[in-house]
Amino acid sequence: MAWPAFLDLKGYGHLLIDGALITLSVGMAAMVVALTLGILGALARLSKNPVLRGVGSTYATVIRGIPELVLMLLVYYGGTVLLQWLLSLGGGDVRVDINAFMAGTLVVGFVYGAYATEIFRGAFLAVPKGQSEAGQAYGMSSAQVFLRIELPQAWRLAIPGLGNLWLTLLKATSITSVIGLTELARQADLIKAPTKMPFTVFFMACLLYLAMTAVSDVLRIRAERWASSGFRRS
Amino acid sequence: MLGPLDLHLIWNSLPDLFSGLVVTLQLTVMTVVGGILLSVPLGVLRTSPNRVISGPIWAYTYFFRGTPMLIQLFLIYYGLAQFKAVRSSGLWFILREGYWCCLGAFTLNTAAYTIEIIAGALRNVPLGDIEAARAMGMSPFTILRRIKFPIATRILFPAYTNEVVFILQSTSLASLVTVMDLTGAARVVIARTFAPYEMFITIGIIYLILTYLTLWGFRRIEGHLYRHLRSRKEVVSEVPVLR
Repeated sequence: MAWPAFLDLKGYGHLLIDGALITLSVGMAAMVVALTLGILGALARLSKNPVLRGVGSTYATVIRGIPELVLMLLVYYGGTVLLQWLLSLGGGDVRVDINAFMAGTLVVGFVYGAYATEIFRGAFLAVPKGQSEAGQAYGMSSAQVFLRIELPQAWRLAIPGLGNLWLTLLKATSITSVIGLTELARQADLIKAPTKMPFTVFFMACLLYLAMTAVSDVLRIRAERWASSGFRRS
Repeated sequence: MLGPLDLHLIWNSLPDLFSGLVVTLQLTVMTVVGGILLSVPLGVLRTSPNRVISGPIWAYTYFFRGTPMLIQLFLIYYGLAQFKAVRSSGLWFILREGYWCCLGAFTLNTAAYTIEIIAGALRNVPLGDIEAARAMGMSPFTILRRIKFPIATRILFPAYTNEVVFILQSTSLASLVTVMDLTGAARVVIARTFAPYEMFITIGIIYLILTYLTLWGFRRIEGHLYRHLRSRKEVVSEVPVLR
C-alpha cells in the first residue's frame, strides 16, 4: 500500500496496529473480569452477611486507594517471588514466569472491578423492591429472582456507568506495558528508537487510542439508547 | 500467608522511601496548583457560546481525556527531542529532565479534566440566580466573581476532590521516566535488595493512607466551607470514584 512515509513510520507502522489489537484484547478480557467482580462485589456489599459486606467494602476501599502501576508491579514481580517461595516449600528450586497478558488482564480487571462494584450496587438498589417481591410471590427461588428480574434490569441501569468504565479501563491498559506486554504503549516505546521519530510515534499511538475511544463512544451511546428504549419519556 | 515478608528490610528502606514520598507530594501539589491556574480561565472560556473560543479548548480536553496519561508523558519526555528547535532552545536543560516533563504532562492532563469539571459546574449554576444578578445591574465579570464562581465551586467540589486523589495516584508514573518519587524510590531499593514483595506492599499502604487522608481532609474543608447549607446533596465521596 502507498502509505506516506511518515504514516508508515519507516516500515514500523504496522507494529502500532498490532499493539492496538492487543490493547483491545487485554481491555476486553479485563472488562469481563471487571464485570464479573463488579457483580459479585455488589452482591457481597448488598448481602445480609456482615462478613461478605466487609469483604466487599474492603475490596473497593483498598484497591481504589493504591495506584494501578503499583498494583501491577506488586502482582507481577511480587507475585513471581511469592509463587517461587510457595513452590520452593515443596522442595527444589523452581523458576516461575508469570504470563504478562494474564497478569495484566487480572490486575486491570481487578482494579476496575472495584469501580464496577459501585456501579452495580447502585443499579441493584435502583430496581424496585416490589418487583423482587412479586417474583417471590410467584414462587421463584432467590436465584431465579436474581437472574430473571434483578440482573436484567440492573444491567440496563448500569450501562451508562459501565460505558464510562470501559473508556477509562481501555486507557488504563497502557500500564501493562511496564510488565512487558507488547500492547500499543509498549510497541510505541519499542519503535521510538529505530524510527528516530519519538514524537510522531507517540502521537500516532495517541490517535489510535482516540480512534478506539471514539468508536467505543458511538457504541456506548447506542447501548444507552437501546437500554432505555422501553423507558423513553417525553 | 505473608511468607517471605522481611520487616527488617522494610524498616531499613524507610529513609529512602521518605525522600521518595517528599517528591510524590511535591509533584502532587505543584500539579494541582498548575492545573488550577490553567483550568480556571480555560474552563470559563469553554462555556463561551463562541465556537472559535470554545472549539479549540474542546479539542484540547478531548485529546487529553481520550488518551492514556502514560503516553502523554512519553510524548513529552521522549517526543520533544525529535525537534531540533526544542533541543537547541534555551529551555532544553529543563525539558530533558524527567521531573519537569512529569510536571508538564500531569498539569496538561489534569487541566483537561478540570476544565470540563469547571465548565459543567458553571453550566449548572441556576439561571434564576444569574438573572437576579443581572437585574441588580451587575457587570458580566462581577456576576462571574460574585455569583457564578461561588456557586460553581460548591457544585464541583466533590468531583475536584476526586481529581486531586487521581493526581496523587498518577504521580507514580513519574517513576517510569527516572524520577525518584515514592514508586521510583521503591524500585531502586528493589534493585538493591531484590525484595519486590515487601517494597510494593509498603508503598501501597503509604499511597492508601495518602489517598484517604486527602479525602478526609477535603471532606473537612467541605463541611467547614458549606456548613451554612444543611440539606446538601453534593458530598465528597468516601472512596475515590471513576474520573
